[in-house]
Amino acid sequence: MSNDAILNKPAEAVVIHGDDHDGNGHHDHHHKETFISKYVFSMDHKMIAKQFLITGMIWAIIGGLFSVLFRLQLGYPNDTFPILESVLGKWAKGGKIQPEFYYALVTMHGTVLVFFVLTAGLSGTFANFLIPLQVGARDMASPFMNMLSYWFFLLASVVMISSLFVQTGPASGGWTSYPPLSALGGASEGSKTGMDLWLVSMALFVVSSLLGGLNYISTILNMRTKGMSMTRVPLTIWALFFTAVLGVLSFPVLLSGFILLLFDRHGGTSFYLSDIFVTGQGALPNEGGSAILYQHLFWFLGHPEVYIILLPAMGMVSEIMSVNARKPIFGYMAMIGSLFAITILAFLVWAHHMFVTGLNPFLGSVFVLLTLLIAVPSAIKVFNWLTTLWRGNIRFTPGMLFSIGFVSLFISGGLTGIFLGNSTLDIHLHDTYFVVAHFHIVMGVASFFGMFAGVYHWFPKMYGRYLNNTMAYIHFWVTLVGAYLIFWPMHYEGLAGMPRRYLDFSQWVSFNQFEGLNRFISIVSMIVFAVQLLFVFNFFYSIFKGRRVTTKNPWGSNSLEWTVPLRPGHGNWPGEIPEVHRWPYDYGKDGRDFIPQTEKVGANESAH
Amino acid sequence: MSTFFLIAILLLGFLVTFQIAKASEYVGILKGEKKNFEQNNRINGFLLLLFLVFGLIGVYWCNELLKGRILGESASEHGQKIDKMLYITIAVTGFVFVITQILLFWFAFRYQYKETRKAYFFSHDNKLELIWTVVPAIALSVLVGFGLYYWFGITGNAPKEAMVVEITGKQFNWIYRYPGKDQVFGKKYYRNISDVEDNALGLLWDDKAAQDDIQSDQTMYLVKDRPVKLIIGARDVIHDVGLVHFRMKMDAVPGTPTTMWFTPLYTTKEMKKMTDNPDFVYEISCDQICGKGHFSMRGVIEVVTQEEFDLWMAKQKPKYYAVFPDKDPANAKKDSTGTAAISLDTLKLTANK
Repeated sequence: MSNDAILNKPAEAVVIHGDDHDGNGHHDHHHKETFISKYVFSMDHKMIAKQFLITGMIWAIIGGLFSVLFRLQLGYPNDTFPILESVLGKWAKGGKIQPEFYYALVTMHGTVLVFFVLTAGLSGTFANFLIPLQVGARDMASPFMNMLSYWFFLLASVVMISSLFVQTGPASGGWTSYPPLSALGGASEGSKTGMDLWLVSMALFVVSSLLGGLNYISTILNMRTKGMSMTRVPLTIWALFFTAVLGVLSFPVLLSGFILLLFDRHGGTSFYLSDIFVTGQGALPNEGGSAILYQHLFWFLGHPEVYIILLPAMGMVSEIMSVNARKPIFGYMAMIGSLFAITILAFLVWAHHMFVTGLNPFLGSVFVLLTLLIAVPSAIKVFNWLTTLWRGNIRFTPGMLFSIGFVSLFISGGLTGIFLGNSTLDIHLHDTYFVVAHFHIVMGVASFFGMFAGVYHWFPKMYGRYLNNTMAYIHFWVTLVGAYLIFWPMHYEGLAGMPRRYLDFSQWVSFNQFEGLNRFISIVSMIVFAVQLLFVFNFFYSIFKGRRVTTKNPWGSNSLEWTVPLRPGHGNWPGEIPEVHRWPYDYGKDGRDFIPQTEKVGANESAH
Repeated sequence: MSTFFLIAILLLGFLVTFQIAKASEYVGILKGEKKNFEQNNRINGFLLLLFLVFGLIGVYWCNELLKGRILGESASEHGQKIDKMLYITIAVTGFVFVITQILLFWFAFRYQYKETRKAYFFSHDNKLELIWTVVPAIALSVLVGFGLYYWFGITGNAPKEAMVVEITGKQFNWIYRYPGKDQVFGKKYYRNISDVEDNALGLLWDDKAAQDDIQSDQTMYLVKDRPVKLIIGARDVIHDVGLVHFRMKMDAVPGTPTTMWFTPLYTTKEMKKMTDNPDFVYEISCDQICGKGHFSMRGVIEVVTQEEFDLWMAKQKPKYYAVFPDKDPANAKKDSTGTAAISLDTLKLTANK
C-alpha cells in the first residue's frame, strides 16, 4: 500500500483520545473505535509499539527476578531461605535452590532477556513506534501483519510462561540449548516437556520476528514521505533497517536448527545425535549425527542476534545524543557505513563461539580475523559519538544520560570482545565469568541503556506526558554504578578461569577464593533490580499522572515524529504528511538552535 | 520475620523516593522550568565527572584487590603463551579504555549546557574519520598477528614423543584411559558400554590392544616436562575438559573425538609450594553445561616426575583383568570359572545401585 493510497483514505486517521481533538483537527467521518480495536487488536503501529513495550517490561521483571533468585544461590551457597520453599515448593527443597531449578533459572533468564525483552521489547517497540513516524508514513506497510507480529509474540510468551508450570520444569540446558543435552529427556529433567514448550515458543517467536521484520523493511524502503531520501532518514531508521535485515536473514536458520532438534527429539532422526549412552537408559540407536551442526545453525542466528539487540540501541543513542548535544551527529555517512559493515560482518563471525569445540584451527583463524574486524566499525562509532559530544551544548535529560552511559558500557564491553574474539585467549576464557561479564555489559546492560534512553526520550510522544525526572535520575545513577559494580569484578573471576553455570564453587580448590565477591555482586544486583522496579512504577504512574507535555516538540528536535499532534491518532498526521527538505541533524547550524526537516533549505544557507 | 522487615524497608524506601520525586517536580514548577533544568543539568554534569574520577579509582582499586587471586603461575608452556597474549591485550585495550572513558565523561562535563554557549556545527571530517578507522585496524592487526601465531602453536600437532591419554566425560565424572604396555588404545564401540558389565567405555575385549588398557575414574597422572596429548570424548552429552592451571580447554563431544596437547611444567608438589597452598590440586572442570550435576563434575590431575609415574603405572592393572579376573595371570592358579562368575555377580550388584 503506498502513501498515496492511504492519503486518499482519511477515514483511517482516527483520533485515539477524545480529549485531544484540538491537536488533531477534525476529519470528515469519525468512526468510533471500540476498546477491542483500539487497545487489544489494534493495527495502529503506535499502539502495537506500546503493547510490545509493556509486554517486554513484564518479561524484563520476570527475567530479572530469575536472576535475583540465582544470585541468591551464588551469593549465599551455604544458607537456606525457607520462604523460597513455601513459594517454589520442590524446586527449593529445604529453602535451597535445587540444581535442576538453578539451571532452569539461568536458561529462562537468558532466553527471556535475549529474545523476549531485548529483541521483541526493544526492537519491537521502537521499530514499530519510530519507523512510520520518522520516515513519514501513516502506518506500517501492512498493519495487519504488524498486529499478527505482536500476537505471535504474545502467544510465544504464553507458551514460554506455561513451561514454568510443567511437572518436570522448564528447559534447563542453557539459553543456547545445545543438543544432545536438550535432545535427551533422559539426560535432564528440563529436556522433557519443558524443552518442547521452549522450542514451540521460540518457533512462534521466530514467526513474530519475521512478520515484524518484513514489515519494517518494506515500510522503510517504500513508504518514506516526499523528500525523505535514504540519506535523510534519522540514524534510528538505518539501525532499525539493518536490524530487520539481520533478523529476516538469520532467524529462519535458527528455526531450521530447532526443527531438526524437534525431529531428533520425537522423530527418531540423528541430525545431532551420535554414539550416545545415557545412564539409566542405555545406548541410543542414533549414529552419524553431529552435535556441532546445531551449534553452527544456532550461532548463525546467535551472533547476528547480538547485533539485532545492539543496533537499535546504537541508532537511538545516535539520535538522542545529537538532539541533546544540540549538534549534528558526527559523521552521518560513516555511521551508516559502520552499521552496514557490522551487519555484513555479523553473518561471518558465528564460529567464534565455537573455538574450543574441536573446530579446525585454520577455520578458527579465519573467524578470528573476521571477528576482530568488527572492532573497526565499532571504534568508528565510538569516536563519532565522542566527537558529537565535543563542543556541544549538552542537556542532561534522562535520555541523554542513558545514551552517555550506553557509550561508556559499549566501550567497556566492546574492548573485552577483543579478548574473546582472539582464539588464543578464548581457550582460557571460554565459558568463564569473563564471557558473562563481557556480554552482559556490551549486549545486556548497554542495550538496556539504549532502551531506557529511548523510553525516556520518546515517552512524551507515546503518552503525552513526561516521566518523573528525579526518579529517572535515581534510576540512571544506581543502574550505571550498579552495572559496573556487578560486572567489572566478574572479569577477574573469569581470568581466574571460574566457569559459568556453576551454582556452588565450595568444592573447587581453584575457584573458591571469590566467596565474598560473589556475595557482594549478589547484593548489588538485588539493589539494581529494586531500582528497575522504581522505573516500572515511574512508567505506569506517569502514563496517567505524569506532567503533561504542552508543546509538540519538547526536546527541540528536527525529525518528523515531533511534527505530529500531541496525541496523534491512527494515521499520525491529521492533514497531509509533511514534505522533507533536509537531513535531520541541522542543530546549531548558521546560528540557529535547530532547523526541522520540514523546513526548506534557504537560499543562502551553508551546505553541510 | 527478617524477610518481612526487608520488604517493609523496601516499600518504605519506595514511598520516600516517590514522595521526594513528586515534591521535586512541584518545586521545579515553582522555581520555573528553566531554572530547574539548569540546576539539574549542573548536578548531573558534576556527577558524570565524579563518576569518571571514582570509576577510574575503582578500577585501579579493584585490580589491586583481586589481581592476586586470578591467574597465578601458568603450569604449561601453552599457558605461558596465553598469559603473554593476555597481557599484551590488556595493555592495548586498557590504554584505549582509559582514553575513551576520560574523553567521554570529560566532554560531557566540559560541554554541558550553558546559556551563552553555542554548539559547534561539525558534521564530518574525512581526515579524522580516516584516522580512527586506520589506527584501530592496525592495532587489531597486531593483536590478530600475535594471537594467530600462538593459536597455531597451541593447536598444532602434538610432538611425536607425547604421551597419549584418553579422557571421556559422562554425567557427571571423567574416565581416563592409558593405552597400556603396547601403547595402542584398544577399540571401543558405544553400544558395548555397560555399567552392569563394568565396561564404562564400551571396550571390545576381543581386541588384543584393549586387554592391556589401564582405566580409571580417580586421578589422571601426567609427567612433568613431558608433552601429553589428550584424546577427548563424551558418552552422553557435550562436556568440556577445562584445565585452568594449564590454561587449556576443549569440548568433549559425543560421536566426535577431539584432541589437545600441552606440556605440564610443574609437579603437583611443586605447585603446592609455589602457590603456598597445601591443598593445591590440578582440577579438571567441566566447562560446558551438561545437566544438573554440571557444577560438581570435577576431575583431578596429578603431575609427577617420570620415576613416580613409572612407579604408579607399574601398580596399575588393566581393566580387562578386573572384568575377567580369570584372565589375570595373578589369579591363574585358582579355579578360574568360579571366581569369575562370583565377581561378575558382585559387579552387577554394585553397578545396579
